[in-house]
Amino acid sequence: MIIRFFHQMGSPRYFYNVAGKLVPWFMVSFLITLVFGLYHGLFVAPPDYQQGESYRIMYIHVPSAWMSMFIYVVMAVSGLISLVWRIKMTEIVVISSATVGASFTFLALATGSLWGKPMWGTWWVWDARLTSELILLFLYLGIIALHSAIEDKRVAARAVSILALVGVVNIPIIHYSVEWWNTLHQPASVTKFDKPSMDMSMLIPLLTMAISFKLYYGAVVLMRARAEIVERERNSRWVQEMVEQEAK
Amino acid sequence: MSTLSLTSAFSLLLKRDLVLAYRRRSELINPMLFFVLVTAMFPLGIGNDPKLIEAVGPGVVWVAALLASLLSLDSMFRSDFEDGSLEQFMLSAHPVSILVLAKILAHWLVTGLPLFIVAPLLAVLLNIPASAIPTLMLTLILGTPVLSLIGSVGVALTVGLRRGGVILSLLVLPLYVPVLIFGTDAVKTAIIGIPTTAQISILGAMLVGSLVLAPMATAASLRISLS
Repeated sequence: MIIRFFHQMGSPRYFYNVAGKLVPWFMVSFLITLVFGLYHGLFVAPPDYQQGESYRIMYIHVPSAWMSMFIYVVMAVSGLISLVWRIKMTEIVVISSATVGASFTFLALATGSLWGKPMWGTWWVWDARLTSELILLFLYLGIIALHSAIEDKRVAARAVSILALVGVVNIPIIHYSVEWWNTLHQPASVTKFDKPSMDMSMLIPLLTMAISFKLYYGAVVLMRARAEIVERERNSRWVQEMVEQEAK
Repeated sequence: MSTLSLTSAFSLLLKRDLVLAYRRRSELINPMLFFVLVTAMFPLGIGNDPKLIEAVGPGVVWVAALLASLLSLDSMFRSDFEDGSLEQFMLSAHPVSILVLAKILAHWLVTGLPLFIVAPLLAVLLNIPASAIPTLMLTLILGTPVLSLIGSVGVALTVGLRRGGVILSLLVLPLYVPVLIFGTDAVKTAIIGIPTTAQISILGAMLVGSLVLAPMATAASLRISLS
């Protein structure tokens, strides 16, 4: 049963249809959680006793930062699967995730510096987290650049899969070396989120936003994957039939 | 066809690459020249205050080494790719990762080792005290092979591309960060006079780790690039 499910999901046509049905569900639940999370985060949750109102950017910033790492792991895992079993669909997931991941990484950096200006008095500090997030952005950009440089998209997908795997081995090393470098050369900056306790009225909107971002990622990846499938399979019969039907 | 043992295949390939490099001696000098040149640009850019130069010295040497290594990476598989011998390696009976390791070793001997040799000169230019020069040399001899090994994966992925150079730097430089951090830090610590065992050990661990993992990733990438 489960094997059959995976077997079917490996077929572009089946994946295309299932994804088409899933996208609206992802979109609707994304919007619901987004509205709930933003409302509770921006209006209901109490202001922070130290940072006042400006802490509220964390409802965008923290989920984005989580997503930036989560998506990289998803890419590496699906990269491994596509290298070992040569499944077309996981190749497509790797490619479709890269741009979304890069956007979330950029969002995390941008919101972080917006928050840093009033809090730390500067847009940017060479803090361990900021630095490793910046390097993560470069890794994403490298993946996107490599994919767009290789013309044969199946070859490109496999090359990118290897790169994602090399990156995922390196990310912990990079992260810890940056942390080591930071503790030696700069006093620890104010990191609010190291505090163990967070009030429930703040935690619930934060977690809702995290779920909401994951749903958004799901929706966007499926949409991008469908577009990629149609482009790759444009010479196959089912795509041509589908296009003809839509033209009528 | 007579069968060749793995060891002799390895040493033959190594010898071949070294001979090829020796025949093009002008290219041998280039990474070294680049290394010296980039380093000489820094004092011109930041001013001639000896204290300032001393403070940035270790970082400058290491960034220049990174760039010199990056610049020379492209030649690692280029000519073999163009004349088709790379495809012959893929077809050989021996594991590609070992053959790749021979090529990386040859490449490092030709481009990495000269940096190590010229480093004391740069240390003097950048006011790095004599007591820290052995540490600088040690970090370079442990670190530059790591750069070649990590870089080989990037080169293997981009070898088939017409304009791989810029992409190569985008792929490889973020992965160089740990080497840069620990290499620079060891030298800075040595200047103050504190033991640098921790940094040296970590650089050694990186060397061993990339020695094991990078040739496999490079072999897999070459197979994809040549497909």
